[in-house]
Parts: sequence; structure tokens; C-alpha cells
Amino acid sequence: MSIKARGLVVLAVLLAALPLLLTNAYYYDVAIRIAMNAIVVIGLNLLIGYTGQISLGHAGFLGIGAYGSAILTTQFDWPPLLALLAGCAAAGLLAFAIARPVLKLKGHYLAMATLGLGIIIAIVITNETKYTGGPDGLTVPPLTLGSLELVGDRPWYLVVAVLLLIVTWLALNLIDSPAGRALQAIHGSEVAAQVVGVQTTRVKVRIFVVSAVIASLVGSLSAHYIAFVTPGIAGFSHSIELVTMVVVGGMASVFGSIVGAVILTMLPQLLSTFEGWETMIFGAILMATMIFLPKGIVPTLAARFRKDGGKDGEK
Amino acid sequence: MSQLIVKRLSKEFGGVKAVQDVSFTIRGGTVHSVIGPNGAGKTTLFNLITGIYTPSSGSIEFEGTAVTGEPPAELARLGMSRTFQNLQVCMNMSAIENVMVGAHLRMSQNLLASLLHLPGLRRADRACREEAAGLMAFVGVGAYTAAHASQMSYGALKRLEIARALAAKPKMILLDEPAAGLNDTETHEIEALIRKIADSGVTVVLVEHDMKLVMNLSDHILVLDYGKKLAEGTAAEVRANPDVIAAYLGASA
Amino acid sequence: MTAQFLQFLFSGITIGATYALAALGFSIIYNASGVINFAQGEFIMLGGMAAALLTAQGVPLPLAIALAVVVAVVAGLLVEKLAIEPAKNAEVVTLIIITIGASLFIRGLVQVTLGKGTHALPSFSGDKPLELLGATLLPQSLWVLGVMLVIVAALAWFFTRTLQGKAMLATSHNKLAAQLVGINTKAILLVSFGLSAALGALGGILVAPITNTSYDVGIMLGLKGFVAATLGGLGSGAGAIVGGLLLGLVEAMTAGYVSSSYKDAVPFVLILLVLFFMPRGLFGAKITERV
Repeated sequence: MSIKARGLVVLAVLLAALPLLLTNAYYYDVAIRIAMNAIVVIGLNLLIGYTGQISLGHAGFLGIGAYGSAILTTQFDWPPLLALLAGCAAAGLLAFAIARPVLKLKGHYLAMATLGLGIIIAIVITNETKYTGGPDGLTVPPLTLGSLELVGDRPWYLVVAVLLLIVTWLALNLIDSPAGRALQAIHGSEVAAQVVGVQTTRVKVRIFVVSAVIASLVGSLSAHYIAFVTPGIAGFSHSIELVTMVVVGGMASVFGSIVGAVILTMLPQLLSTFEGWETMIFGAILMATMIFLPKGIVPTLAARFRKDGGKDGEK
Repeated sequence: MSQLIVKRLSKEFGGVKAVQDVSFTIRGGTVHSVIGPNGAGKTTLFNLITGIYTPSSGSIEFEGTAVTGEPPAELARLGMSRTFQNLQVCMNMSAIENVMVGAHLRMSQNLLASLLHLPGLRRADRACREEAAGLMAFVGVGAYTAAHASQMSYGALKRLEIARALAAKPKMILLDEPAAGLNDTETHEIEALIRKIADSGVTVVLVEHDMKLVMNLSDHILVLDYGKKLAEGTAAEVRANPDVIAAYLGASA
Repeated sequence: MTAQFLQFLFSGITIGATYALAALGFSIIYNASGVINFAQGEFIMLGGMAAALLTAQGVPLPLAIALAVVVAVVAGLLVEKLAIEPAKNAEVVTLIIITIGASLFIRGLVQVTLGKGTHALPSFSGDKPLELLGATLLPQSLWVLGVMLVIVAALAWFFTRTLQGKAMLATSHNKLAAQLVGINTKAILLVSFGLSAALGALGGILVAPITNTSYDVGIMLGLKGFVAATLGGLGSGAGAIVGGLLLGLVEAMTAGYVSSSYKDAVPFVLILLVLFFMPRGLFGAKITERV
């Protein structure tokens, strides 16, 4: 069995077995949040780790999904799934509008553009109190499909675990395909990718849109799960947290994304009473990882275990 | 027949005229070299032909199609391939994946098939991988088929780039200083490799400083100096040209 | 009407001067290493906070200012020495993330040791507003502008007349060449961080009497300074100053005439516009990549 398949099986087994350890609602909550973060981070990693572009405002897309779902379901009586799709469409369109002009340029202009976009979204959410409830936030009704209502730990856990498994599978497939190799080539040497025929701008834009849509999807889901939204979900700090998960877990590593999400979702839980410490430790982790493990945890471990000098095992 | 027709090509960077009014044609199936002192504009010329720079004026026609100002991806689509003077290997990928990327335009880009890893795509990928391994053997780095690009030596990486350029099954391949940084033995090997490539029917365009290699391989030589065409002709003609001798050849060859 | 306009003009230029100093800091480090130093905002914060706390302890203002700048400079040097240098030849993305980590660390440290409260710094020459053409101008604003002009002049002299300054410029144009002629580029990077920290800190100190300071002012000030630097063209000194002042002005005008709650969005809308229409900024250099 290939490493990819082995990894998926391990993940599936872990996800199936985990509920045995989740003895109360709090643990379920952490697990569900971890899974949601992991899904966003996998999408973000496709952009940062594989394609080599950096987004410093990804939380903004989470905000679009979350508030899109919240506002459309409470104030306009839309069915939740339709609101979710609308959020994804809005995030995708916005990502496209920003990315097209910016990704034509070389260098880290996308970082600046996404920084700006993320903050603008957060400010709009905070100011348009009439729709968004401002800093106080909004309550969100449960996710419904017809007469079925998604409420409670176990159903939500099932949904996000399955979703995580699917997204992991899709991402692994993508990486191991001509389209995936084109992505990585752009990171390795954009001009080399161009001369072999890759339309680099188009590919970069596409990946950015995909990662934005994934973020919006998770945003909507988390809004229904938590049953509440606040502007913080779209904030700069949240964007930085997501980037941290990518780099710590492993750039250009799907399983690394999951590891990063696990570590950095649990960390604030452990430090929940020590706000300032949390920020400091986040900062220290970020610096230490980038200095000593610049490839992130999973790829560095994978390289250690690579004895025969064979190709980069799992990605 | 003329595969590449360059007419009055010029490129200016601010006040610097890197290439001035250069015209030449390249016939399909030949080995064509571009030589000249450092700074003569050879790599700029390559970059113009392969679409990385847009000409300030002049025209380029490849395989009967006007391609002036077209982006590199378009030229790749028409059958042009190249290597780089400053190695542009993707060090974040394995050796064989680097070569597989070269076949990009011949592979399906269907997103759905990629995401779901449909059997058709898997089969094509396997075939592509085998082909890439074959190419790596052809250029002489067959020992590295299981290696990561970051593990390979400079000389090996230069050949890997050539393998990547060949993976596209190009009609014309442009090699920018393939022998740069190589010792005598390695240079001989590269010469043999280029001969093999030319023999397979691919047009080879070469920028090189190693005069022995150039004289041995070339059917036709173009000499540039200060961005302008100084002379062109067969190896014997160029060797005997007094302008060329004065500007460049001097004591070598 | 004009009085109101002038009012906005004055406040715009005042805050713009702080942005300009922050932007200069960004440009200097960017020139020396290609890195966008996201910790710059925290140097601004350290300046203001340190000065506020020292004066609260009874330290005379001029001494407090000098010490506060020293604190920021030390922080800058530490960041370079402990976070940037060990990363050696990392990718620029990696270095940028390291600076983000450094900024989080510094901010967290201040939050833990000094708390989340706001602190005030006394105005340098009193609070009695001056009357100018119908608008009120705080004396502190004159200080901000004045000091900024002095700094700009000093930097101009430094970069064009002194050997160290020219060495820094040389490093920014071509690091390898600079190394080959014997310039210690490692030291240059260290000095760049120190200098940028000093500039940022001064900006923070100058504006603290007007806006008050707390542990988290660095985020917005830093980001806006970065926008200002990009507006003017990353790496251009003149661009940083023009960008900073322009940003301050547009922000103040928007706050005054359009909506004050969207004032903070202005820099980021501007940066999007710049990226769409003028990515190299007002004074940025056109660069062609050699392949």
C-alpha cells in the first residue's frame, strides 16, 4: 500500500477510534474545532506550502462564510445549506477579484493584498452593526437539511470527521497529479514552470480561490456549530493563527496541516487563562519552528526517516 | 525549411541596448550556436525567443506562427523547450517529478480527474513516470530516479533540466550554457548528449562559451557582440572571419 | 469650512509623520535583506510604552525618551541576532513569518508584564492648543513634524555623506558585491534593525501624547506603516515619507468627511488600489529579474 493510502487509513482509524477518548462535551468540542481548523489549513497549505504564495488574511474568508450563513439564515430566512453555498460563492468571487490582478505580479504582493482584504472584511463586519450585530455578534440557528437538524456533539463530530477525511483524500490526489506537480513547480521555479507550459497566473488564482472557498465552507459550518458568530473570526490574529498551523505542521504536507491544526488548536485551550502568555508562546513557537524546523514538523520527521535517499515520502 | 525566423529584433532595458537589430533564421533539424563575449546579449536573445522578455521592436516567427511577445507557456505549446544558465530546477520536488513536469502540456489537466484520481489519470501518470525515468537514463542521470532534487550534484542537475526540456517532446530545444561549470570529462559527456538529441531530429539552439564544443557540434553559428550580429556561418567560416577573431576568438579554439 | 479642512490637515500630517517614520523603518530593513519586518509595529509600541512608564516613575522627559529609544533599539538588535540571523539563508517567506513571530512575542511579553491598560505620555511642551487660521493645532503636532524633518535630514546626510551609510546603500543594491569589497553585511543587517527600531520608537514616542499608548497599538501602526512604505515604493526613503504623510492625510480626510468608523479601513483599501494600479508604488524602482 502506498504511503498515501497508509496515511489515509491511519487517519480514518484515528478518527473512528477517537470518540472512545472523548468522555465529555468539552473534549468533543475541542476535537470538532481541531477537525474544522485542519480542513481550512489543508486548503491554506495548498496555497502557501505547495504553490508558495502567502495569504495573511485568510480568516476574512472564514468570516464571509460565517457571517453569510448567520445573516442569511436569521435575517432573510434562507435555508442554511443555500446560505452556505452563497457564502462559498461570495468568497470565491472575492478571491478571484483580488487574485487576478495581484498574482500577475512577482513576489509577495498577494501577502499584502490578502492582509488588506482580511482587515477590511473584519472592519466591515464590526461596523455594519445593523446586519452583523457589530462587536456583540449574532446568534445562528442550527444547520438543517429539510427536516433533519444537525445538533449535538456526536452528529457534528461525524460530519466534520468525514469531511476531513474526504478533503484529505482529495488534497492528496491533487498533489499526486499533473495539476499538483504544476503547483509545486510554481513554488520551485516559476519561470521553469512557465517554460514547460504551465499558465502560472491562472493556476495561482485557481488555487487561491479553492482555498478561499474551503475557508468559507468551514466558516459557515463553525457558525452553525457554535451557534454564534463574532467579528474575531475574521480578524488578523486568526489569520496569523492559521498561517502558524501551516508552517508548524509542515508546509507542503497534507498530514502536516492536520498536525499543525491539532497542536495549535489545543494550545490556546491549555493556556486559556493566560492570554498574554498565549500570544508570547505562539510567537516563540513560530520563531523556533521557522529557525530550527523551517519545513515544519511532519516534513522534517519524514526526511529523518528517509534512509535510502528516496523521494519525499508522503506529502 | 526555416523553423525560427527572427527579424530586426531589439531589446532595451532603460538606456541599455541589450539586443540591437538582430536578424537570423534557424533551419529545422540543425544545431545552431550563438556565441559572443560576455554581455553580448546571448541570454537576452534566448529570453526574447522563449517569451520571457518582450521585444522592444522586431518580430519572431516560430513554425510559421508569429510569436512576438507571446508568453513562455504559449511557446511551450508550440513546441519550444529550454534550459537555463542559472539552473532553474524545482528543488522542492523529486528528480523524477521535475522531469514529469516537463511533460505538463501532454498530460490531462482535468481537475475532477485529478481530485478523484480516476483510473485514466493514474494510468497516464504511470506512463509519464516511466517515460521520465527513460529520459533520465537517456541524459545520464538514471542513477537518480529515486532521488530528490536536493540530493543531486550540480552536473547532475544540469542534465536533469535537459531531461525536463526533452519530456515535452519539443520541436526545438534551447540550451543556455549547458557546459558551464563542468569539467573536461563532463563537457565531453554533454557534447555526446547534445549530439544524441540532435540526431533524434530535434533542432538544437545553443549558447556556449566552450569553443571546442561549439565548433564540433554546430551546423551554423551566430556571433553576437554588444547586442549586434557580428557574423554568422559555418564553423569554418566563423573561425576564419577576421571581425570575429578580433572581437572574440583570440587565442582559444 | 477651511478651518475644518485645516483641522483635518493638521491631524493627518501629524499621524502621517508617525507612519512615515514606521515606513522608513520598513524600507531600511527591506533594503538590507528583502524581508518585510512585521515586528516594526512593536518597536513603535515599545517606544511609546517605555517612555510613558519611565515618566510615570518620575524620570525627566528627555531622559525617558532617550531610554525608551534605547529599549526599542535593543529589542531590534535582539530580534535580528536571535531570530533573523540563525535562520541564515532561509526563504523570504520564512523570514517574514519569523518577524510575525517576533512581533507576537514582544506584544505578549508587554501584555504579560505591563498589562492591557492605556498609558499617557505628557506632551513635550504643554497642552495649550495653538490657533492657526481658525483651526487648532496641538504643540505636540509641531514636535512630531519638526522631529521628523530633522530625522529625514539626518538620514539623508548619513546615507549620502558617511561611509557607513554608503555601505548600507551598497548592501541594499547588491549584497554579494558589497561583501566582496569587504563590507560586513551581517553588521549592516544588525544596524538596519537597530536603526529601524529607533525610527519606529521615535514615531511612537512623538505621537503617544496625542493618542495614548497601550500594548496593542503596534499592530495597527505597524501595518499602516507598512502600507505607507508600499504606497511610496518599498525600499525608497523618499517614498516612505511621502507615503506616510499621504496615508495620514487620506485617513484624516476620510475620518472627517466620510465616516470615522471606517477610518481604519482606509490604509487597506489604499493598498489594494496601489497593488491593482501601481504595484511598485510612487517611487519604487522598476526591476527586471535576470534568468
